[in-house]
Amino acid sequence: MNMILKRKLNREEEAPREDLNTLAWITRARPYLIMLPSLLITTGILIPFAMAVYYSLTNYSFRLPQNSFVWFRNWINMFTDPAFWHAVWVTLRYAFFATGVEMLLGLGIAMLLGNTDNRFTKILKVVLTFPLMVAPVIGTIIWQLMTNNAVGILEKFLNLFGIYNFSWAAAHETAMFTAVMIDVWVYCPFVIILILSGIQSLPKSPFESAKIDGGSAWFNFRNLTLPMLKPCIYIALLFRLMASLQEFSIIFALTKGGPGDTLMNLSVTAYNTGFAFQKFGASLPYILCLWVIINIVARQIVNRWMLSQKQASGRNLIPEKGGKS
Amino acid sequence: MKKKKIFTSICKNGLLLLYSLFALFPLFWMILISFKSDAQMFNTTFIFSPTLENYDAVLLRTNYFRYFKDSVIVSVCAVAVSVLAGVPAAYALARYNFKKKEDLAFQILSFKFAPEILVVLPLFMIYQKAGLYDTYTGLIWVYQLITMPLLIWVIRGYFEDISVEIEHAAQVDGYSWWQVFLKRLLPLIKPGLVSASLLAFIFAWNNFTFPLQLSGTKVETITVASLKYIASDTVHYGQMAVAAAVSALPAVIFALLIQKHLVRGLSFGAVKG
Repeated sequence: MNMILKRKLNREEEAPREDLNTLAWITRARPYLIMLPSLLITTGILIPFAMAVYYSLTNYSFRLPQNSFVWFRNWINMFTDPAFWHAVWVTLRYAFFATGVEMLLGLGIAMLLGNTDNRFTKILKVVLTFPLMVAPVIGTIIWQLMTNNAVGILEKFLNLFGIYNFSWAAAHETAMFTAVMIDVWVYCPFVIILILSGIQSLPKSPFESAKIDGGSAWFNFRNLTLPMLKPCIYIALLFRLMASLQEFSIIFALTKGGPGDTLMNLSVTAYNTGFAFQKFGASLPYILCLWVIINIVARQIVNRWMLSQKQASGRNLIPEKGGKS
Repeated sequence: MKKKKIFTSICKNGLLLLYSLFALFPLFWMILISFKSDAQMFNTTFIFSPTLENYDAVLLRTNYFRYFKDSVIVSVCAVAVSVLAGVPAAYALARYNFKKKEDLAFQILSFKFAPEILVVLPLFMIYQKAGLYDTYTGLIWVYQLITMPLLIWVIRGYFEDISVEIEHAAQVDGYSWWQVFLKRLLPLIKPGLVSASLLAFIFAWNNFTFPLQLSGTKVETITVASLKYIASDTVHYGQMAVAAAVSALPAVIFALLIQKHLVRGLSFGAVKG
């Protein structure tokens, strides 16, 4: 086997010189060529991004026969509109509460599941992922059925405690709570199974020596588990933060941003301005703003995560020059 | 000491039970009331005489199966396109060192993080002009933003797990580059590929924002159509439950099939569960 290998390798080294140039070119271009279809398909759809910037400077509307260039009027209007700052505030609050509760609850449940091993937890690890697989819109419909005051089971449950006609998504005070609760219901399993897989891959020996030292459970958690789980927590945080900043489906299906403007985050506001009020040009600054926020945060977190991933494991790479034909 | 142990065990399992009630009861409740008639909806909780009239009304007397079919066509085709274009790209990202590699990889990932509304707003206009509005092609194309990043990033990880030696050995055996890819590598990543495709299908299936705006009456996916059952003048709660339950079924079944690979897929290959 070794002999054959050597002979083959030798033969390749003796390849005719004149072929080498075209060969090298193809070898160098190959990764780009291989990636081309996927990039064309995804980037083709991204022409809209460039168009979005242009159209944010026009008064384009589906109703007007012609549109004109209005420079930064849309942007100035947006920044001077209290509705915009309200939308930013709602976006941040929603993302903070949803992500916060999901991370804390997810970490807690994952710790409980990771530390107990019986038939009950084995089944739970599988079935707890179900809410995540249901479309968020469908999940919202289910919760609307649950919170409906005429037929909902939650109303009957609260009646036991003497609370009648709890307003859920219908009132200003409780709408945010209801939306966040649905978000937590849908996405908490995501955090749970990510962190759970992290817990299950933790090395055993540090915990055994900690047991001998007799540290408290809390001490072990703070100084052993949490630091080692950091990469996992990081990833879960990244995904949840990005998604909850731009949440649209749950809020739209629940109240379409209402009651009033209680749940109008940037996504829903942009949607309403663009489609319901038909002010297409004016809707784009909202969403471009959101995109800038999300992109900055995502790039920061992803870069750091990539670094930690590279440090964690070496990669199998074909060196650039030695690429085989 | 023993008493304390039993106490903590009860606490732990109690908390878990509480959470699983929160997570699973809504699904149970949905299935339960899908068997309730409209009259029973108001005056019964758990004990009632089950009926199939809601299923009959939704599945047979509305266009439900058409929506279901549209969802299947769009999701399956979207995943197929992503697999064909994405798997080679994942290979390139895993095996070659080339300029701007990480930038490209991040660019593809960033499609996942782009606000869906930002894509939808300008695309709505383009699609109307280009005749892609309310067509299968249009939806399949825009769904690439969901399925492609997932497939490329997850499959890239699976390729990286395979030792380069296997490729070298196959090349020594006289396989061309293409044959190595098809005959040696694809069989090795097959479990990963299947699970990533199923997860991509679930994501495509569950999407709501794209079909809400980019399709109208000719192509209607199940997520958008389900909202119709709320909007009707006389509210049939049981029918809403049926619409929700049936549309959730494929995703839940697929999720059961890919349990082992779920973590890896959901984290885009970042966490190797």
